[in-house]
Amino acid sequence: MLAVDGIPTPEDLAAKIPPPERLAKGPVVIAECFQPIPCDPCSHACPRQAIGPFEDINEIPQVDYDKCNGCGQCITRCPGLALFVVDLTYSEKEALVKLPYEFLPLPAEGQEVTGMNRAGEKVCRARVVKVVATEKMDKTAVVWLAVPKELAMEVRHFVITHV
Amino acid sequence: MRIEQHPVLEFRRGKKIKFTFDGKEYVGYEGETIAAALHAAGIRVMRESPVLHRPRGLFCAIGNCSSCLMTVNGEPNVRICVEKLRPGMVVESQKGKGVVYAAGN
Amino acid sequence: MQQEISFVEIAVIGGGPAGLCAALEAANAGARVILLDRQDRLGGQLIKQTHRFFGSRSHRASERGINIAAELTGQVISHPLIEALTGATVFGFYEDGVLGVEQEGRVFYLKPSRVIVATGASEKNLAFPNNDLPGIYGAGAVQTLVNVYGILPGKRVLMVGAGNIGVIVSYQLLQAGMEVAAIVEAAPRIGAYWVHAAKVRRAGVPIYTSHTIKRAYGEQEVEEAVIWQLDEQGQPVPGTEKDFAVDTICLSVGLSPLVELLAQAGCRLAYVPQLGGHVPLRDANLQTTVPGVYVAGDAAGVEEASAAMMEGALAGLHAAYSLGYGRAGYEDRRRELQHQLDSLRSGPVGEKIRTGLARVLAG
Repeated sequence: MLAVDGIPTPEDLAAKIPPPERLAKGPVVIAECFQPIPCDPCSHACPRQAIGPFEDINEIPQVDYDKCNGCGQCITRCPGLALFVVDLTYSEKEALVKLPYEFLPLPAEGQEVTGMNRAGEKVCRARVVKVVATEKMDKTAVVWLAVPKELAMEVRHFVITHV
Repeated sequence: MRIEQHPVLEFRRGKKIKFTFDGKEYVGYEGETIAAALHAAGIRVMRESPVLHRPRGLFCAIGNCSSCLMTVNGEPNVRICVEKLRPGMVVESQKGKGVVYAAGN
Repeated sequence: MQQEISFVEIAVIGGGPAGLCAALEAANAGARVILLDRQDRLGGQLIKQTHRFFGSRSHRASERGINIAAELTGQVISHPLIEALTGATVFGFYEDGVLGVEQEGRVFYLKPSRVIVATGASEKNLAFPNNDLPGIYGAGAVQTLVNVYGILPGKRVLMVGAGNIGVIVSYQLLQAGMEVAAIVEAAPRIGAYWVHAAKVRRAGVPIYTSHTIKRAYGEQEVEEAVIWQLDEQGQPVPGTEKDFAVDTICLSVGLSPLVELLAQAGCRLAYVPQLGGHVPLRDANLQTTVPGVYVAGDAAGVEEASAAMMEGALAGLHAAYSLGYGRAGYEDRRRELQHQLDSLRSGPVGEKIRTGLARVLAG
């Protein structure tokens, strides 16, 4: 439970996962923000207004999944690093997870890394598809990971392990 | 230990400075505190407490708590967490309360 | 001995987020400001906040604290109406309203018409056997070593306290290359924003709520820490001990407002646990019970830096206004700042602050 150990429960997550029909259409944001805190950058980040506007900065983001095209521009704007983009249509067996990453070294494209779940457990091998780190992103990189499709809603971090 | 690479920060270090700690020579950088230079050299014990003779180190790093008092260039009770390192400084671990001898005493 | 006293319009004591915003707001209204900070650079604790801030656009949300520090400091230094003195310690607030200042061995005195005290807070300690061993630090001290000087205090750390500071510093230590063995928190719930907790957790750091540190071990320095569980009454449960081989322990168990100067000035203080300790009574403009003496930031009650910036601005605005500056547009600006401050505190995570403030706000 988030408040006790920092891990969201399946019930917490259920409310954050887009409907299967939407997931089947391609990339979409998963806003893993569970607590009303005074914070609203996500509501200003989306060029398509898929999140916000907020009436009160303590609102929890609600995503309009029809507007969101999974571009991921919001990922580096979230101070809590709680926004992810998942694409279940990436390939037959793999899903794409785009996640924020603020550690060094940055992985190389094509590199094999170890995918971690929300509890910090190593759950799979994952392949780095792309690393985006522009000046505008101010040191928060976005890493695109190809992960086994069944773990698309599990993998939220990775470590570079040397084999 | 000094950080060489950091995902967010760039550390621009000043000129190298030589100083001594308990008689041994060390190198720090201009602009850093004595506490920082000692930590970079792996030194974390700053003094011995006056009554129970226990080791003491850095605690608050803002000049508030008096945990890190040392003798610097002969002057006791220097808060080394806020005192900047200067060339040739003689830094010594402090034992006891530290006594200032005034001329004529 | 004769002492020169300089008369100044507004003195701001402390160059952290509250003090910088107070000075800027007052000077932008047209008042002359002298800003004093005992450290050798401005920015206070902002200079080591590498994470992105929460809040809204007006609070500079999503910007990193270090960038906010650089921007505010630049504005202050280049402002023609602000004189900023660093390495300048205000050591006394005398009953005739005179401030004693020491700067590099030189002592001088100021008699300001208005004083804004933005002295911040200092870290609390925690009682447990061997808590004085070298290698045990306040979390903020380690943050200074790591993020200001680029020096790691050790290899593996136990963090005590899962409030925002404890969890954020844990994340920053991971970024800097330390191993974080665990975060322990005596309360049954994590005090930090859950998004912060989630990001250290997924990076592999266990968080033990309802646990506290039992003791540290080591001869000259920390070598080991033992934690144990607390029951519903907050009593330790023997047999639940866990050992961690760590060379560093960080304490992040709260901050105490630094109110010594306010006490010397004769401001009425009240003990308010929700605000971190003794804090001055104040009105909505942050003016204390001593007319002309204001408080802002953590010295007024421990809170986030974004709130400190808003409080500083409110205090600076009113101090200038009371001297006859910034009359045009004053009400609108005051309302805007107050609204920005209220919005930070309005949600469920602001409840503690609201409860605390209800006990010190007057007039």
